[in-house]
Amino acid sequence: MIEIKNLNAWFGENHVLKDVSLKVPANGSFGLVGESGSGKSTVLRTMTGLVEDWEGNIVVGGQELGHKRNKDFYRQVQMVFQDPFGSLHPRHTIDRILSEPVAVHKLGNSDARVIKVLEQVGLDNSFRFRYPHQLSGGQRQRVSIARALILEPRVLLLDEPTSALDVSIQAEVLNLLSALRRDLGLTYIMVSHDLAVVAHVCDDIAIMNHGRIVERATASQLAQGSLEHPYSQQLYKAAGGYDRAVIDSFVDWD
Amino acid sequence: MTSETLLSVKNLAVSFTTSKGPVNAVRGVSFDLGRERLGIVGESGSGKSQTGRAILGLTAANGSITADKMQFHDVDLRHLSPKQWRKVRGARISMIMQDPKYSLNPVMTIGDQIIEAYREHHKVGTKEATHRAIEMLEAVKIRDPQRVFKSYPHEVSGGMGQRVMIAMMLIPDPELLIADEPTSALDVTVQLQVMAILDDLVRERGMALIFISHDLHLVSSFCDRVLVMYQGHVVEEIRASELDQAKHPYTQGLLNCLPKMDGNHDDLPVLQRQASWAEG
Amino acid sequence: MQTVTNQNSGGLRQWLTSNTPQSRFQARCGRTWLAWTKLTENRLAMIGLGIVVALILITILAPVISPYNPIAADLTKRILPPSAAHWFGTDQLGRDILSRLIYGAQYTLMVVGLVAITAAPVGLLIGTIAGYFGGWVDAVLMRITDIFLAFPKLILALAFVSALGPGLENAVFAIALTAWPPYARIARAETITVRRSDYIDAARLQGVSSRGLILGHIMPMCISSVVVRVTLDMAGMILIAAGLGFLGLGAQPPMPEWGAMVSEGRQFLLQQWWVSTVPGLAIFVVSLGFNLLGDGLRDVLDPRGGD
Repeated sequence: MIEIKNLNAWFGENHVLKDVSLKVPANGSFGLVGESGSGKSTVLRTMTGLVEDWEGNIVVGGQELGHKRNKDFYRQVQMVFQDPFGSLHPRHTIDRILSEPVAVHKLGNSDARVIKVLEQVGLDNSFRFRYPHQLSGGQRQRVSIARALILEPRVLLLDEPTSALDVSIQAEVLNLLSALRRDLGLTYIMVSHDLAVVAHVCDDIAIMNHGRIVERATASQLAQGSLEHPYSQQLYKAAGGYDRAVIDSFVDWD
Repeated sequence: MTSETLLSVKNLAVSFTTSKGPVNAVRGVSFDLGRERLGIVGESGSGKSQTGRAILGLTAANGSITADKMQFHDVDLRHLSPKQWRKVRGARISMIMQDPKYSLNPVMTIGDQIIEAYREHHKVGTKEATHRAIEMLEAVKIRDPQRVFKSYPHEVSGGMGQRVMIAMMLIPDPELLIADEPTSALDVTVQLQVMAILDDLVRERGMALIFISHDLHLVSSFCDRVLVMYQGHVVEEIRASELDQAKHPYTQGLLNCLPKMDGNHDDLPVLQRQASWAEG
Repeated sequence: MQTVTNQNSGGLRQWLTSNTPQSRFQARCGRTWLAWTKLTENRLAMIGLGIVVALILITILAPVISPYNPIAADLTKRILPPSAAHWFGTDQLGRDILSRLIYGAQYTLMVVGLVAITAAPVGLLIGTIAGYFGGWVDAVLMRITDIFLAFPKLILALAFVSALGPGLENAVFAIALTAWPPYARIARAETITVRRSDYIDAARLQGVSSRGLILGHIMPMCISSVVVRVTLDMAGMILIAAGLGFLGLGAQPPMPEWGAMVSEGRQFLLQQWWVSTVPGLAIFVVSLGFNLLGDGLRDVLDPRGGD
């Protein structure tokens, strides 16, 4: 479904992605893990056309992407942002947020679509005419997911979709994402700093550091902790909680 | 570890008057603190931060604090004048906030800010204070303390900024340190490194620490004792080492809903909230 | 709509403050009501609003409430001091000053109204376009803006009016031409802060065009700042209009425009103070009203004020 080969990207003089390659089968889920500045979100932003300065091959659904994305691309690929407080327009009602893409793509039947997608993400109709500030963090993130789903895309790009949420809400949203992938046959690329979240959602995982993929693993390899690269080992150990002896063994990867 | 009681809080309540009516952020919280590391864990809105702020008298103007007892050594924290607060805050009880970006003054060099913090409570000359500040930056494992001393806050990374904050808060040698999500904005490895520094300093100086966080797992591996808060109440108090034997369904629920690295993609158990938890 | 009419005021209040609005219309009303209650808590803003509303009412009711004909001269009653018959006295042609003030209100209102509905949208559009596209578009539009900003407003308006010829319409046009640049600046600054936000990126990823983004997503975030600034500027516009009137370049006699009235009375200022002072006070009160209202609106509408 998605194939990226030798992707390089730049922010001005900064070379932020270095030869990133990855492959995701249809209905698969791929996880990108790394710390801040590792370039993991940049991979998603480059795919969606939000980063302009890049080289390499990106193929989605058998079509190679150029530097301009057309409307049809956005019907295939949608993205969910990290911050549920920043990704919804503060002056638009949920109804407006959800019905705008329907209007832009001239899909028609706006009311029915909005009601259906709200139901899919587990929000009842009473949320439809509220403003984002009247919703909790978890509800907002459900709205973000609904906005991504309303165009019935095949691919969802998830940029730390739960990192701003409480753990109990995170569990609900992760379950929702799993159910949606199962029911709608979606393909996911998920970016997170949290190894456990990625291990839970994804089948294949890549660990990134300073714009490069340093290691690839499957979810079961990760479960056994069989990682080879010292950076990914360190990340794995850090996920285990506070352990004085382990921390002293940490190396800076600047 | 609880040999002598440093801070004793009985029936603490914090409520705010808002345009939508009164909000009870903290209700009936009691605990005794010795020279130990106490974790306060809860989700957003649980009142964990407000508990920490109430101890330091930092509750916002529209809030009111009531307590049967808030005793810090010989000081009754309930009725202090602003002048008396200045003698306690910083000097005897310090607080580290979540984001160093907002806690450091952007137009003052880091060195000047640390010196100011030190001289607030110690009558010493600039030279002595500078010396102490550099020493403190070394103590928080900053590799090039001279350079950081002369830098402005925006010139250092988040992890470095939080180390600076720790240096600034510990330089007056307080007896109690309240850390409110001090590492939540940092990457995991940096987060652990900063916690290790905090751990060492607290041990060396025999300080008490209140560590406020949303991360039950992290707190239990770091602290001696944990208070779990839900909607303003402490629903469970438990020794960190015995967390797996938590009795309250909320604590159990919080532990269970964390994703685990076991290769299992099944649905996570979802927390079923019960109205009775909120009644304490 | 039915629910509104069927319910008493308590029900209406509930309908407005409902956390679960049932329609687009209710959501919008609720939001407006919230802003209104916030504004009513501000005493000074309410005074400002009162003055502005009074100005509008006076304009509408001028023929009913004014005791005399504002332009009919009566040389037997030249420059009479304030009395029961003529509350504010009469001017050098024996016209009742109160009546002239009442009829003059419409010119003041016309000036601020026309300038606001022409200059504000132009400034908003130019500013958001410049801020959104950046690069050379921004450079060109902002240099043009700078050129207009480089001259003092009154001087520039003077130049325009002398080129176009004196008259109230030309004065309005000239003031509008000098008024838009600050709005463009504000809108541009506001646009630049929201342009990189996640919700704009998210809309872009839905395939929303640049035009849709500017009109539907960015402008709503800029409008409140611009509205506040326009309200605050209205005082200045009234003064410029009055200034042009005073210099004989605005409203032409016998139009009872307030600035022209001040000008006409200036030769008697020492002995017959009321001829100039009363319209001067009117200008002052109305300017103050707009200023107070603008200040109050800023507190209510500032997007950073938080919901």
